[in-house]
Amino acid sequence: MKILTAPRMERCIGCHSCSLACARLVHKMLSWDMAGIRIASSGGLSTGFEARTCLACLPAPCAAACPTGAYAQRKGGGVIVRKNLCIRCGECAKACPVDAVFLAPDGEPFVCIHCGRCVSYCPHDCLELADVGTEGTEESHARESAS
Amino acid sequence: MTNEQFKVLVVDLPAGRGAITLLEGRDSLAGGSGLTAMLFDKYGLPDRPWDDPEQPLIFAIGPLTGYFPLMSKTVCAFKSPYHDQYAESHAGGRSALSLRFAGFDALVIRGKALAPSCLSVGSRHLELKDVHFLWGMDLLRTGKMLRRMYKGAGHRSILRIGPAGENGSAMACINVDTYRHFGRLGCGAAMGAKNLKGIVILGDGSSSLPEGKAYPKLFAEVYRKMTDTDMMEKYHNFGTPINMAVLNGISALPIRNLQKTSDPGIEGITGETFARDTLLRNAACAGCPVGCVHLGFVRERFMQENRYLYRQVSYDHEPIFAAGAMLHVTNAFSVLTLLDTAEREGLDIMSAGVALAWATEALEKGIVTPRETIVPLKFGDETAYREGIHHLGAASNDFYRLLAQGTMKAAEHYGGADFACVLGQEMAGYATGEVFFVSQALGLRHSHLDAGGYSYDQKNKEPDVDGAVRFMVQDEQARVLLTSMVSCLFARGVYGDQVLSDCLRSLGYLNLADGLGDVSRNVRKLRWRTRLRTGFDPRTVSIPKRFLEVETWRGRIDSAYLNALKDAYAAAILALGQEDA
Repeated sequence: MKILTAPRMERCIGCHSCSLACARLVHKMLSWDMAGIRIASSGGLSTGFEARTCLACLPAPCAAACPTGAYAQRKGGGVIVRKNLCIRCGECAKACPVDAVFLAPDGEPFVCIHCGRCVSYCPHDCLELADVGTEGTEESHARESAS
Repeated sequence: MTNEQFKVLVVDLPAGRGAITLLEGRDSLAGGSGLTAMLFDKYGLPDRPWDDPEQPLIFAIGPLTGYFPLMSKTVCAFKSPYHDQYAESHAGGRSALSLRFAGFDALVIRGKALAPSCLSVGSRHLELKDVHFLWGMDLLRTGKMLRRMYKGAGHRSILRIGPAGENGSAMACINVDTYRHFGRLGCGAAMGAKNLKGIVILGDGSSSLPEGKAYPKLFAEVYRKMTDTDMMEKYHNFGTPINMAVLNGISALPIRNLQKTSDPGIEGITGETFARDTLLRNAACAGCPVGCVHLGFVRERFMQENRYLYRQVSYDHEPIFAAGAMLHVTNAFSVLTLLDTAEREGLDIMSAGVALAWATEALEKGIVTPRETIVPLKFGDETAYREGIHHLGAASNDFYRLLAQGTMKAAEHYGGADFACVLGQEMAGYATGEVFFVSQALGLRHSHLDAGGYSYDQKNKEPDVDGAVRFMVQDEQARVLLTSMVSCLFARGVYGDQVLSDCLRSLGYLNLADGLGDVSRNVRKLRWRTRLRTGFDPRTVSIPKRFLEVETWRGRIDSAYLNALKDAYAAAILALGQEDA
């Protein structure tokens, strides 16, 4: 199972190519909000950037909070989203401890689905689609560095 | 998805309210430079002064903004305090994508706020806030305060002015997101005259994209060209300061108020030196993977015990030329310190550096005295220039107040016009020859970006008036098409007519895609007509004697060629902008 990680954000130049790619390719939108990865300056441009994206929790609190089953636990971490089951209650966003779920003005949630389509659009190789194994294996380190 | 009409937010500052206006013209003017000229035609007052409260301050993006890589610039248009005529200045940062996601093709600001204010707009938001407590505050601190006062970190653009913009300086810039600028021709004063300290544009909206695979496929192709080829290497490696050593090597770098065009000391401020000794990291405009913004650092020991502070300062060729070569400051850290000083004042460093270079020579020659300059300005003296920049921004006395209106204005009063390095406004960092001098002196923006005259000079040795004028006219036309989309001009190697047409077609702008030739001619004509209507007469432009004394790798400037070129280009401009019969 693979998850999206952002292990090299110190390299980020704030071009937003990743979030624009997610919005364009996954959600068919032109937006820097309606995306599973969103870039923000961490306290002004002079201090660099951070990626707001799903850390692939296992178990995922957003899935546990979803009252309709629109968010279901994804094997290896994160969630599988079925938007046709979503009632726009926003509980997923409230449950996320790292503000990784964006709610559109109409309440539609946007979260990373760990597809990795953003990765190739990063010009500085900040992002990585990493394999995750079971706890205690070498691959589990990928999760630790997912930030 | 496509906006066949221009959606323009027109803000009435005294009322603190705005109105959405839908305007025709997409197929004939595209957006950006074309749209700003059209909006000035509609809202501008050609016969009234620049600081008349009713003069519009305009920001516009284009049809491709945000949809394709490097379509990341905003065009600002205004009546300039520098020459009281129509002017454009361009900037990136997050301004362009913020306007796109706020949902507007343009923002037009009219009237004067009743108190020092900050305007914030977004897709579901318009507010004018009293910020009298920020008036007088330096530009960088203002940015920090505005960041704290408004939401939307990372997905917004914050435009602000410093003391220079409040003081009506014709050299005042508008800072965009800390490291970018609407730099030239005094747009900061145009904003200050409206009692506007800041503008926050919140990019909190979204729009749908075309169905099917054609658009994402084309995006991927354009993106690959921008990132995979060597074309952009110049911009993301050493950045534009790579020009410093190149121009110095061919005796084409303006040094020491253009007394020289080459000097061994320039080694201390080349792009290579900045990268090796000062480069901290890079940054990008939103929507651009190239990341040409180079951030250097300076540290300052502020206590005897080892206590330091540090600053991050963006650098480029033009600021290094102005604060370094022109002032003969040849230490990279000293140059960064001067850039930081100018930033705090909200000054365009290109104009400030060139103006202080003139003031230094005027002081040397006894044309002005230390009573005027307050500090003993001296080539190479960082400390003196730090103080000089502050006095220029603060308009500390009559001399600096006049100098801040333009070097030639001061020279007309005190003398020393022969060595004022003014080509329409303070010169850019090229002493390549006759074509560049004429191109900047007569160009609509008085910018090295109006047409590639500096490049023509380097490729064509023999005088050729007709060929050079043809080049400037054609190159300007190609560039205004890009600045109507609105592309970064660094992408001009990728965005040829065919690629632009394909991009527009993929979004559904079919008429625009088929009519690019007409569009670029329309925009060029409208811009020139607008400039001429506000009083510009290219036949009256004079090029100071100092430019005729320049020696480049080709030898001394050919004054007969320069004058013939100037007359011919002036005639061409008048023809381009003539009123319809």
